[in-house]
Amino acid sequence: MQSQMIKSMVGPAFAAILIMCLLPVVLETYTLTLLVVYGMLGLSLGLIWGYGGILCFGQAAFFGLGAYSYAIAAINIGESTVPVFIGILVPAVVAFLLGAMMFYGRLADVYMGVITLVFTLILFRFMNSTAGPDFVIGKARLGGFNGIPGYQTLNVPGFPDEYIYGDALYYLAFSLLIVIYLLLRWFLKTSFGRTAIAIRENEERVELMGYDVRIRKTLLFSLGGGIAGLAGVLYANWAEIVTPGLFSLGQSAEIIIWCIVGGLGMLVGPIFGGMLIGLMKFLLGQQSMIDNTLILGLVLVLFVLFLPKGVVPTVSKWLPTGRTKSRKRRRKSQGRSRKSEA
Amino acid sequence: MTLNRRDFMAGTAGLLTAACGAMIPGSALAIDKIKFGSILDTSGIFDAYGKPMDMAARLAIDEINEAGGLNGASIDVTAYDTQSNMALYTQFGQKLVRQDKVDVVHGGILSASREAIRQTMRKSKTLYFYNVLYEGGVCDRNIFITGVTPSQQVEVLVPHAIKKWGKKIYVLAADYNYGQITANWIKKYAADAGAEVIAVDFFPLDVADFGSTIAKIQTAKPDMIVSVLVGGAHLSFYRQWAAAGMNKKIPMASTTLGVGNEHKVLTADEGDGILVAYNYSPELKSPANTKFLQGWTKKFGDTSLIHEIAVSNYQGVHLWAEAVRRAGSTDRTKVTEALETGLSIKGPGGLVTIDPQTHHAILDVHVMEIKNQKMNVLESALQRPPLDTQSACDLKANPDDNTQYEIKA
Amino acid sequence: MDLAAVIFVETAYAIASLILVSMGLAVVFGMMRVINLAHGEFMMMGGYTTIVAVKAGINIYIAILIIAPFVVGIIGLVVERLVIRHLYGRLVDTMLATWGLSLFFVGIVTMIFGNTTTGISTPISGFQIGDYQINGYNFFIIVLVILLLIVMYALLKGTRLGLIARGTMQRSDIAAALGYDPERIYMLTFMAGSALSGLAGAVLAPLVGLVPTSGGAYIAKSFITVVAGGPSIITGLISSAASFGFINQVFTFGISPVVGEVALLVAAVILLRLMPQGITGRFFKGKL
Repeated sequence: MQSQMIKSMVGPAFAAILIMCLLPVVLETYTLTLLVVYGMLGLSLGLIWGYGGILCFGQAAFFGLGAYSYAIAAINIGESTVPVFIGILVPAVVAFLLGAMMFYGRLADVYMGVITLVFTLILFRFMNSTAGPDFVIGKARLGGFNGIPGYQTLNVPGFPDEYIYGDALYYLAFSLLIVIYLLLRWFLKTSFGRTAIAIRENEERVELMGYDVRIRKTLLFSLGGGIAGLAGVLYANWAEIVTPGLFSLGQSAEIIIWCIVGGLGMLVGPIFGGMLIGLMKFLLGQQSMIDNTLILGLVLVLFVLFLPKGVVPTVSKWLPTGRTKSRKRRRKSQGRSRKSEA
Repeated sequence: MTLNRRDFMAGTAGLLTAACGAMIPGSALAIDKIKFGSILDTSGIFDAYGKPMDMAARLAIDEINEAGGLNGASIDVTAYDTQSNMALYTQFGQKLVRQDKVDVVHGGILSASREAIRQTMRKSKTLYFYNVLYEGGVCDRNIFITGVTPSQQVEVLVPHAIKKWGKKIYVLAADYNYGQITANWIKKYAADAGAEVIAVDFFPLDVADFGSTIAKIQTAKPDMIVSVLVGGAHLSFYRQWAAAGMNKKIPMASTTLGVGNEHKVLTADEGDGILVAYNYSPELKSPANTKFLQGWTKKFGDTSLIHEIAVSNYQGVHLWAEAVRRAGSTDRTKVTEALETGLSIKGPGGLVTIDPQTHHAILDVHVMEIKNQKMNVLESALQRPPLDTQSACDLKANPDDNTQYEIKA
Repeated sequence: MDLAAVIFVETAYAIASLILVSMGLAVVFGMMRVINLAHGEFMMMGGYTTIVAVKAGINIYIAILIIAPFVVGIIGLVVERLVIRHLYGRLVDTMLATWGLSLFFVGIVTMIFGNTTTGISTPISGFQIGDYQINGYNFFIIVLVILLLIVMYALLKGTRLGLIARGTMQRSDIAAALGYDPERIYMLTFMAGSALSGLAGAVLAPLVGLVPTSGGAYIAKSFITVVAGGPSIITGLISSAASFGFINQVFTFGISPVVGEVALLVAAVILLRLMPQGITGRFFKGKL
């Protein structure tokens, strides 16, 4: 079982590394790094939504928390290794607490959506009103609407002057994405992962079988929060400034959009969705003929109408080799639409 | 593990950089063109600021090109729309300096967007102009800032208002750096004029309901309001203030109303009588402004889109162009040195001079009254230096400085 | 004493305006379980319609109460026919599509009207309570909201159309089996919901600085209000708007508008934690 598992991962791992090495030929790494960050953020929601059935309107909150925690810790500590872990841990713990509150309270469906949305809005409001000199954590001013610039960016552990930036940051981010992707593939094959999927399919049945659904959902949610936090840490290092916009409603909604555009119920879909939309915005910004908001809106509407299952499942259906897989996916996405009727 | 990844990364990075180097198409095609980079939000929630700024920059470039370019070379514009999204500033900022390899970058609207690209410009040694009214305090030899700062406005506006209306001031300010700093300057200049700020209320940028505030103000009974409110949601204040009939009872001055043409969203009845202080008004009667308005009409038609920071952007472009002419080259060091001679141009808003000490602008500030959606000039204070930034920043003594000082009034 | 009266009016206004901005969303969500993320943009278009109509010389009340709901209702109808109808039963896909539509409308309105459009003044002048001047238009909004709620209740409770609508809302399959075409009912519901959103935008137009991106400010608030209200449309809307509006104003007057907004959000979290199905999921069960 174990060795078979490893064998099944060698292929995707090689493909991913190949993609990582080939992409810089087409695009500059500063754009690619952001796309990778978006991919990771998409993946974090794709995991809890696509596999746990938890539709979170507030994934941006964990993304922003990761970025802010990193920035604040980096200003106070000055060396990046510990801040990176803080940037993952804080959102994971917050997600755990928020998740526990929701799942032990048996919140489901859109009610859960509202709680996560409200949570994000509270953070957004709070961060926006921290411009005054009283809002200080250690040496770090929170800065309100203008955000926090000028913190220590990622360095080689132990060497605060050896920065990891530019191309190196891209390779680091992409490698982390690959590692997370593979770990999640493995995770979904474990009994915990299988139960998570079972919960998505039918929560009651799983509960009647004697599993504690609440703690499982909470843990999965926390895992998603941690991954979003890591994406936030990488973002903070790429952008070199964090602003409350990271917590905005628009950012949250966008992550949901990535998942739908890419294809839900699979790990590659949301990654691809995030990268695709990120790339589209970048390309759109280079033209000034038509209002960009309008184009983006139109694209989304057409998407839902003509590619309702997302890009990745649709494309893999066209490819002859993907035939067997796509049948499995179709079943999953039907599961999704069945769920959404509830 | 880390070491392995590092080695691997270093290896691949080197390899791929080499591969990429061969792939990037030659960018040395246009030798006799000067490359001008512009980076602004021309769509999304900040487009009311960004669109006219973009138009103004294009107008300035056209004027320069029609007059034969700079030192015989014409200017080529590379402009990006950041869609009111901070991440895109970083992306396009990088693209401008790495791929497009522009000679100068003008742009950025919010302070956060400036900070998102300022270090990139500095590291890549690309000259950067930020042409927006802002909170002051940026001290960096690579950047030139041509917008008005709080002390320049408040120093002129507040004494004028006190003389006119009385000594009890109620301040309403947007809850971010610009609002906080401006509120401090209002306190200082009010005290200097023997007046008193009786209350300061801060509002996050998305507050749109001001009923309770209006009641609170009436309890305090001030002689006037000074508004430092910013953005679309805060516009509701002026409308609700007028709807309660308060605009006929307590007069108001503002350091922000009109920067993005907000006074044109208000009806004449709601906006009339509000005092503001800026560098520019379309009503200014000067040859430079007449020429500017004619040029705008010819290129775009509708002059009602013009606002304060569009003109700042226009003046910023012309300042840079003048410096390139003087320096005889677009080389960053030479252009910076030319600007540091205290170079000045006659812009639509009056004479604009670069202050060598801070790289900010010394400008004319006009106190204006809003009347029928127009800004009528009441009083002009000529050549006001950026006192706030000067108090903390001295690039002559400290050319390597790279901080944004928070200025205590 | 005067201040107490002012606070009372402001609180009533806060509740009324919450109901007003959430009503269109409540109808669409309550009846069809469709979350219309373009709700704010429908409001924004209602506002623009009013401005254009008033500037064309039409009486302001006609513009607000008739023209704006009509125009936005038609837009809603077109949107339903072109997009929404393909997506029934797919909650998440409708969200994505309506989010796309909201961006699209922002873009279109920006292209037509530009970023700055002069608003219209309120038709009712300020009002004196003792030492205080208060916005007279507030009373208009409060009265209008009460009337709207009564009409809505009467329509749903008293007419045959309302009966069919309620039936479809509860069991669309049974309604279909009885010969009522759910698709037709959904179409009319969406249109009515859009018209209500348009009306809300029109009513608020004289009080807010209207720009193409204004809609975004309303969506979160109305979404929270509607969901916290729970399954009953009218009772849910009234009870959640009353709780949130009250809490918001208490903290706004007591401390500051910022704290007021945050208090509203915190109240929403606590409320949903205690009542996971919304207020009417626990109390007033089976009411409209």
